[in-house]
This record gives sequence, structure tokens and C-alpha cells, in this order.
Amino acid sequence: MSKGILTFIEHRAGALNRTSLEAITAAQKLGADRGEEVTVFILGSNIESLAHEIASYAVAKLLFVDDARLADYTPDAYTDAATSIVRQLDPAFVIMTHTYQVRDFAPKLAARFGRDVICDCIRYNINGSQVVFSRRVFLGKLDADVIGSASPLFVTFQSGAFRADQAQKGSGANVERPVVEIGAVRMTPEPPFQETKQAVDLTKANIIIAVGRGIKSQENIGMVEKLAQALGGELAASRPICDAGWLPIDRQIGSSGQTVAPKVYIALGISGAIQHLVGMKNSSVIIAVNKDAEAPIFDIADYGIVGDLFEVVPALTDAIAKIKAGSL
Amino acid sequence: MKIIVLIKQVANKDAILRINPQETWIKEDDISYETNESDGYALEEALRIKEKRGGEVVICTMGPPRVKSVIKDGLARGADRAIHISTRATGASATEEPLHFSPFQTATRLAEALRDENADLILSGLQSDDYGYGQTGVILAELMGFASATIVIEVDASVMDGLRVKRELESGWYQWYQMPLPALLTIQSGISQIRYATLKGIMAAKKREIKEIISTADTAGVTSGQTIARVYLPHKSKETKLLGRGDAKAGAAELAEKLHSDIRII
Repeated sequence: MSKGILTFIEHRAGALNRTSLEAITAAQKLGADRGEEVTVFILGSNIESLAHEIASYAVAKLLFVDDARLADYTPDAYTDAATSIVRQLDPAFVIMTHTYQVRDFAPKLAARFGRDVICDCIRYNINGSQVVFSRRVFLGKLDADVIGSASPLFVTFQSGAFRADQAQKGSGANVERPVVEIGAVRMTPEPPFQETKQAVDLTKANIIIAVGRGIKSQENIGMVEKLAQALGGELAASRPICDAGWLPIDRQIGSSGQTVAPKVYIALGISGAIQHLVGMKNSSVIIAVNKDAEAPIFDIADYGIVGDLFEVVPALTDAIAKIKAGSL
Repeated sequence: MKIIVLIKQVANKDAILRINPQETWIKEDDISYETNESDGYALEEALRIKEKRGGEVVICTMGPPRVKSVIKDGLARGADRAIHISTRATGASATEEPLHFSPFQTATRLAEALRDENADLILSGLQSDDYGYGQTGVILAELMGFASATIVIEVDASVMDGLRVKRELESGWYQWYQMPLPALLTIQSGISQIRYATLKGIMAAKKREIKEIISTADTAGVTSGQTIARVYLPHKSKETKLLGRGDAKAGAAELAEKLHSDIRII
């Protein structure tokens, strides 16, 4: 009988990925709801201090694998080690945060158990004996309630679904060092790097004016630049605009770009795919302009204009100029 | 090098989605479809690798008859041939709802259809724009014994006994990995500029082979790890003040006033 909740702690060379604490929060909550113990596991090499830090959280057990073959992340070694741990513990749930690393190996891990991952969930609800997981589909346009069929259920939660600062501390977890089997490792990693020092640091901007697919062509960006100047704000963009080369990549907001929380964020022609929202949802005031009233961006917007940005932007720039002229 | 590209047909990005009466999925009959965005980039990357290393590019898609338009587009852009895996149960009528699979079920069917192809490389987009699982490729690699790398933003095909791939990490970090073949990569959107189909390509595509496979993998025999119980419109986390009542210019004037008197940035 599968029992308990297993949670994965991610790090880079011993530096904790703080979103792993969100997975601890999720596991602690689910554990309390279901009367299940929480066990966490860490894979790596020379990461004693991280293991010590994680053992201070309110979890029953910490499984710590210290192995040179796990020093750098590879999907082969991580999947092998995680498979050993899941087999030994036989948990009811394996809870992880939906990071790029987890996306790389979690499906491979689940496949070893003949199933897949209930991934990128935003919340869960208890319905009798069932746990119902909710996730976004169609790039955030709809939500889906999902039910898993067999233990262990592999589940990932979207970053931000639970709060890292709500992970509860405890009196010190029992640390165990399980023996894991690691087979052939086919991939050789080179050191991680940052492309170039980011020329523009959007995290310091007070006002950001961001454009998306709705801008239609590179020539139209000039119009938005004028608005940004009028407001004294920085220009930014969603991924497709940077992919097309219409704005440099250091102006990209979202999971693969910068994460910002300005005083005012104006989203022009951005539908609001999850990957974009995670980069800007904590902005104080969000203003969205989109011709599609159903666009997910309106779910998090404080102010919205349902309309054509090609009409709104010039009119807004003019109106701002008039107000400024009047107030000087 | 023999490269297979997994391509999925998904609802058009601008499509207005309506939920079916059972609240289990969208109404699929009244929307337009397109090639999943990152899958289009996967095909482009495959064509570029073929230009450097030679070989063959085969596109593979699974789904009801409507997915033929995605195959035609891929062939017109330069793929050499195509495999279409039909997902309809034998004897099902054309109007019957297509079957829905969890990623493990999809990957199982793909593995069965592709095993005899003996591909060196399989490419897919990093996730579909409908279900958004981002798992089918990785699970397929595991089932076929291929090495895999996800969210790949550059491929260095000059390494003769394998590949060097650049993976995107979070917050502007990247990492190169060397890997042997056979391998499966999931490709990030924006890896390169996608070529358009030429008239010559469209004409040539008509002569290219489309292999039809009716999958015999028994869905009932492969348990689904997960089932969608219900789909619905997301609960709004904020109450949005809508400005202009549908009039864009009036909305702009109201917004300027809000920026001045309430938000106080002008």
C-alpha cells in the first residue's frame, strides 16, 4: 500500500532553488489534509550544508544521496536515482515544482512507473477520497480538473501556486542516506552560463509598457515607444516578439526572461500565456489592452480596455500629453 | 541522419473556445486549427540539420483526418515524407469525437509506430498549446531508449558522433550538453526563423508519401495516468475595471485620467 508524500529539492551546486520550498509547502498542506507523512529527497555531491538546511523543515524524513555522478544535473543519473528512491519509499504522491529541470526528468521518471505527470498544477481540492488537481490548458484560456489513477501520483505545481515562506520549520528531520542505483549516464554537461550581461535591468523599472503578438509587425513598435516615452516607462515584450527579433531578448518578460513587479505594467496585445504571467503577475497595477475580451490577461488585470491597440495607443499617448501640458 | 519530427495540430491561437455540453473538453467542430507553434520550430531545426548532415526528414502526426493539413504544410516546407497515425477507433464515424490520450498513452502509440523507422534523431516542440503537458517527447524517448534533452534553443550538429545541444534554464541561464545518438530533443520556440513554403515546395509535396497507420496499441491496455474530469473558464483572481465600454478611444481617455488621478504616474 503506497503511503506518504515524497518531495524533490532542486539546487545548483548546493544553492537551493527557492521554488523547492513551495513544493514543501504543498506537500505539508496535502499531508495535513490526507494524514500522510512528508519525506523530502536531495540528489547531489558535496551538499551537506543544503541537506542540513532542508532538515530544519517540518518533514518526517530527509533522504540524502551524495554521489559524484549527481554533482551536475543529467536526466539519466537523476532519473535513475529518483527511481530507486520512489521504489524504496513507495509513496502515494510525488510532489515537485514545475521547474525547467523537473520538466526535463519528471516525465522520464513517471514513465518508469508506466504513467505520466499531472503537471503544472495551480491548486488542488479534496473531494471525498479523491484529490482533484487543477491545471491551465489552452495557454491559460481554460482550467481543467484532473484526477490521477494510480499511486504513486506524480504531480508538479506551477511556481507561485504555493508560497515558499509558508513552508513550516520543524524540530529536525531524520536524515537517511539511501543506496541508489545509477546506470549509464549518456549526457555530458558543460558549465551553465548567462548569455550576456543583461543590458536592460527591467526589474528596477517603475513603469513597464509591454507588447505582444497583437502588435503585428516590427514597424508598429515605434508607436508603443512613443507611449513609453510619454509615461517615462521601459519598453518590454512577450516571448514571440523577441523570438521574431523585433525587440532584443533582454526586454523579454516571463519564465525564460525577466521577472518584474513594477508599480504599473501595461500589457498591449498580450493574451497572457502562463509563461508570460509568471514574469509580471506581482506588478502593483496591471493594465491590459486586448481585442479579445476572453484573453487570460484580463484575469489578472486591474484595468482593461477591450479594443484595438492601434486605436488605443495613439489616443492614450495624446491624452497623456494633454494632461501633462495642463498640469505644467 | 534520419530525423523524425513530431507535429501536433492544435486550436488556432485566436480561436474562440467553447466548452462542450459534457464540460469535458472544447467543442472541436467549430474552430480553426494550426500547427503547434514550437513543433513548427522543431521542423525548421530538422531541415537545417539535414542541410548540414544529409539524410531524411520524416514528419509524424497523430489525430483525426483534419490533421492532414498540418502534414501538407510540413511537406511543402521541405519534409521528405510523412506518417499519419489515425486515432479513431475502427468503425467510428467521421463525426465522432476524437479520442483523448494522456501523454503516456500518446507516447506508447508513437513508440509502436516509430520503432521500425530506426531514427537517429526525434524532434518535437517543447509542449503543445492545447493540453500543455510537455511530456510526450520525453516519455517517448524513455520508451525507445533514446537520450533526451528538453527546452533546446540551439543545436550544434557539427559533432560527428552525436550532438551538442544548448538547453534553456530559467532566468536567462543556459547550458550545453553533449549527447550521443539516437536522441530526442524538445525544441523551444524561437530557435531560428521558420521558412515559408515555396510554390515549388507546395507542388513537390503532392508527390510525397504519406504513410497511414491505424494504431493497434490497445488504449484500454495502457492505463492513463490522468483523466480530465472537467474543463471550465478560469476563476478570475481580480475584478477588472473595464474602461471605454468597447469604444477604444473612450477607453484610452478614461485610462489617461486613471493614470493621472488614481494611479498618479502622470
